[in-house]
Amino acid sequence: MNFGIMTASYIGASALFIMALAGLSHQESARRGNIYGMLGMALAVVITIAGAVTDNYELLLLGIVPGSLIGWLLAKRVEMTQMPELVAILHSLVGLAAVFVGFANALGHGQYDSLVAQRIHDVETAIGVFIGAVTFTGSLVAYLKLSGKVSGKPLRLPARHLLNLLICIAVVYLVVQFAQVGAAEGMNYLAIITLLAFVFGAHLVIAIGGADMPVVVSMLNSYSGWAAAAMGFMLGNDLLIVIGALVGSSGAILSYIMCRAMNRKFLNVILGGIGGSKVNKASGTIGAEQQGTIIEIQAEEAAQALADAKEVMILPGYGMAVAQAQHIVYEITKKLRDKGVNVRFGIHPVAGRMPGHMNVLLAEAKVPYDIVYEMDEINDDFKNIDVSIVIGANDIVNPAANEEPDSPIAGMPVLEPWHGKQTIVLKRGMSRGYAGVENPLFFKENTRMLFGDAKESVEALLKHLS
Amino acid sequence: MKIGIPKEIEDGELRVAMTPSIASKVKQLGFDIVMEGGAGTAASYSDEAYEEAGVEITQDTKKLWHEVDVLIKVRPPVEHPELGFYGVELLGKSQTLISLIHPAQNMNKLQQLSERGTNVVALDAVPRISRAQKMDVLSSMANIAGYRAVVEAAQHFGRFFTGQITAAGKVPPAKVLVIGAGVAGLAAIGAAKSMGAIVRAFDTRPEVKEQVESMNAEFLLLDFNDEDGSGEGGYAKTMSAEFIAAEMALFAEQAKDVDIIITTALIPGKTAPELITEDMVRSMKPGSVIVDLAAETGGNCRLTQANEVIDVHGVSIIGYTNLPSRMAAQSSQLFATNIYHLLTELCPNKDGQIDLNMEDEVIRGATVVKDGSITWPPPAPRLSAAPKSDVSEQLKPEKADIKAKEKKPSAFGFLLPVLITGALLLGLGTIAPAEFMAHMTVFVLSCFVGYMVVWGVSHSLHTPLMSVTNAISSIIVIGAITQVSSDSPIVSILAAMAIFITSINIVGGFAVTHRMLKMFRK
Repeated sequence: MNFGIMTASYIGASALFIMALAGLSHQESARRGNIYGMLGMALAVVITIAGAVTDNYELLLLGIVPGSLIGWLLAKRVEMTQMPELVAILHSLVGLAAVFVGFANALGHGQYDSLVAQRIHDVETAIGVFIGAVTFTGSLVAYLKLSGKVSGKPLRLPARHLLNLLICIAVVYLVVQFAQVGAAEGMNYLAIITLLAFVFGAHLVIAIGGADMPVVVSMLNSYSGWAAAAMGFMLGNDLLIVIGALVGSSGAILSYIMCRAMNRKFLNVILGGIGGSKVNKASGTIGAEQQGTIIEIQAEEAAQALADAKEVMILPGYGMAVAQAQHIVYEITKKLRDKGVNVRFGIHPVAGRMPGHMNVLLAEAKVPYDIVYEMDEINDDFKNIDVSIVIGANDIVNPAANEEPDSPIAGMPVLEPWHGKQTIVLKRGMSRGYAGVENPLFFKENTRMLFGDAKESVEALLKHLS
Repeated sequence: MKIGIPKEIEDGELRVAMTPSIASKVKQLGFDIVMEGGAGTAASYSDEAYEEAGVEITQDTKKLWHEVDVLIKVRPPVEHPELGFYGVELLGKSQTLISLIHPAQNMNKLQQLSERGTNVVALDAVPRISRAQKMDVLSSMANIAGYRAVVEAAQHFGRFFTGQITAAGKVPPAKVLVIGAGVAGLAAIGAAKSMGAIVRAFDTRPEVKEQVESMNAEFLLLDFNDEDGSGEGGYAKTMSAEFIAAEMALFAEQAKDVDIIITTALIPGKTAPELITEDMVRSMKPGSVIVDLAAETGGNCRLTQANEVIDVHGVSIIGYTNLPSRMAAQSSQLFATNIYHLLTELCPNKDGQIDLNMEDEVIRGATVVKDGSITWPPPAPRLSAAPKSDVSEQLKPEKADIKAKEKKPSAFGFLLPVLITGALLLGLGTIAPAEFMAHMTVFVLSCFVGYMVVWGVSHSLHTPLMSVTNAISSIIVIGAITQVSSDSPIVSILAAMAIFITSINIVGGFAVTHRMLKMFRK
């Protein structure tokens, strides 16, 4: 096919992808954006197949058809509460694909124009494979953690920073070696780089705690983009570079937003979360101070408080996702709204295990998005709120972040329901949140605790409301 | 322990300290209750209703005072007009009296009680902190007084409150001025507003402006910004002469305009400030009404006569001193609820034994006589806000420090990466082939485009953003497609595997995004 037509199509595809991301700025235009994305992808794939494939059509079909089928089934069947896992596993696939493409390219490349071109190309290949491999194992570990197949607790090897550093130095050395001998003889180097990258990726994520998963997932999102961009350099393909850069910066921004929402430094998260010893010390002293009284409430009384309120704020957290309680929560919302109660939802940016996790769950339960507010939009409103219900959230409603300067979460922006008239906390027991910090909210005078499984508690609330 | 509820004997006092519904709740705390027959009749609670709730009824007043462990009543004990024996002298050692006391005005009574060894809990000395609100009878009674003030005003006012346009002509709405926006003032604003009047309010404490406006009333601002009228415990304090002059000018002007003035200005322990002069009354339209809630302590209006409704210059001036008693059923109910909350604090174990725990801030504040000594006034309340401000003060400099630390390097810091990147690119440019530099251009520009576009993405769409970027990052498939036709079988098989997994990703990513976005609805 004519090179010009191909380039033109790639430009078109790039534009469509950019429009796809731009479409996500509003809920109204988001679906259109997604369709732009599909069109862009279809255009790019069809043009490439038409232009570049001359042989091995059966292999091509063998890849596309079952792959698409599996992808479609995955997308159909996944529970909305499992979105973080799905996203993580899909990231790992991008990483793995980058590794394959990198190897295929290294093995099958023809002559180079110059030595410099060859070296640059080899470095690009090595970098692409490295990022791809890190993304692969990193996402895999994130997937295992999110799906609960391995413990969410950070596993911290002794001298882990040293280990990471050593791997990095080794990789740099190997990349240089690889570029010097060239792809033809240097396959061993590339293989070792890949293995080291696998170890590095897994080790990096395994040291990060479950609460930091939103950052990890968006960071891996970013990596998958950089992997694609590196492949683009390697193949000399601008479309890949453009898309890779788009995705890479998107993931980077998401990571930044998540870090800011937790008042953490990106490096601090990536290199293994909050220092263990500090947590123990701080929470120990706070725990001693916070021996206040807890006031329990029964579902019936809580339902009465809701029915009597004018303004209700619902603050969901990961516990709601785990218990799959979002549908019943919306039933309650509807009941209350029918009674003329103004019910709104307040979402903390890092509620759940993925950026925007709560929004997706609430959307699944058909909660209209104009009653779902971000933390910054509603935090000043709490003084007008009669009843706030906290469902399965802990650290994101912890006043210690504002009040205790030496708390490990000090300075993290949190939802502030204690400014309202009453807060009802639905909670399984008195355990601490992921940050391992005692929550003084539970001891406030205007807080009532409704103990029990989130789903059973909201079911009981619904029963007493109707 | 046995709780006794005597009949209130003061003139015009219709309230009772306990209602049947609350009595049954109090019994659950482990107390027995005995009541003087007919004590609730005036508040429309019959003896039978009390008996049903498990209250013992007695006709022997004297015995009731002697026998019970805890005596709960509304008003401070006074001499009985007929029997002549009624009062503090009937109480003795180990008994506890719970009622309104007005300790500042009744020091001699406290003296007598302390000599007799009676413990006294003064309901009007409950500290005004948020935890104690549920037992604050002053607030609940003030609320009723404010409401009733509007009802009394309506009764003496010859017109509608609400404006109407009818076949018989247009009716203008009444204009109501409420002076003092405390609990009573706010209740009056709410009542007058819900009857349809135009309501204005004035208060010396600027912080209540928001509360007034939250009830859709107009807050009259004085052009006098230097002085804040907030005194201790949420009450107003006495203001400076200049302030009062400005305030009086405002009232004089308003008096000509409004139809109804409700004054609630009280300064604790002092005579009420005079706010409405005779000239102002004269300037009001005939048929106007003034309700003076401060009548008991001298009145906010010069002409007010306590417990009377008088007509001066065509204006009705209502000086009833005990408005809550005029809604005895309601006020007894709220009063009894406050008492119940107080008893739950006094009897934390629900075993029918009261414990005057002087460590507890609320109980300490309310207890005015204990074990033969007067414990009034209590030490200054620990303000619940105080420790908080300490923390924030500690936090603030720290935060400022962090900011300063962050800012300093950034002044030069932002140049550094730019220079390094520039140098690197330059170095690369000298050796790299033109093709590579072209790709680099595309790459850098795309990063910026991505940066700009993604910042615009709505917070709630971050999950769809991740799944869609995931799908499009599988554009790697193109690299694989270009390699699938290779002569080398290893290369084409690797490429086919890459195509396979990216296909999962592309279709899965787009499909799940589509599914999610379909769920977002208005």
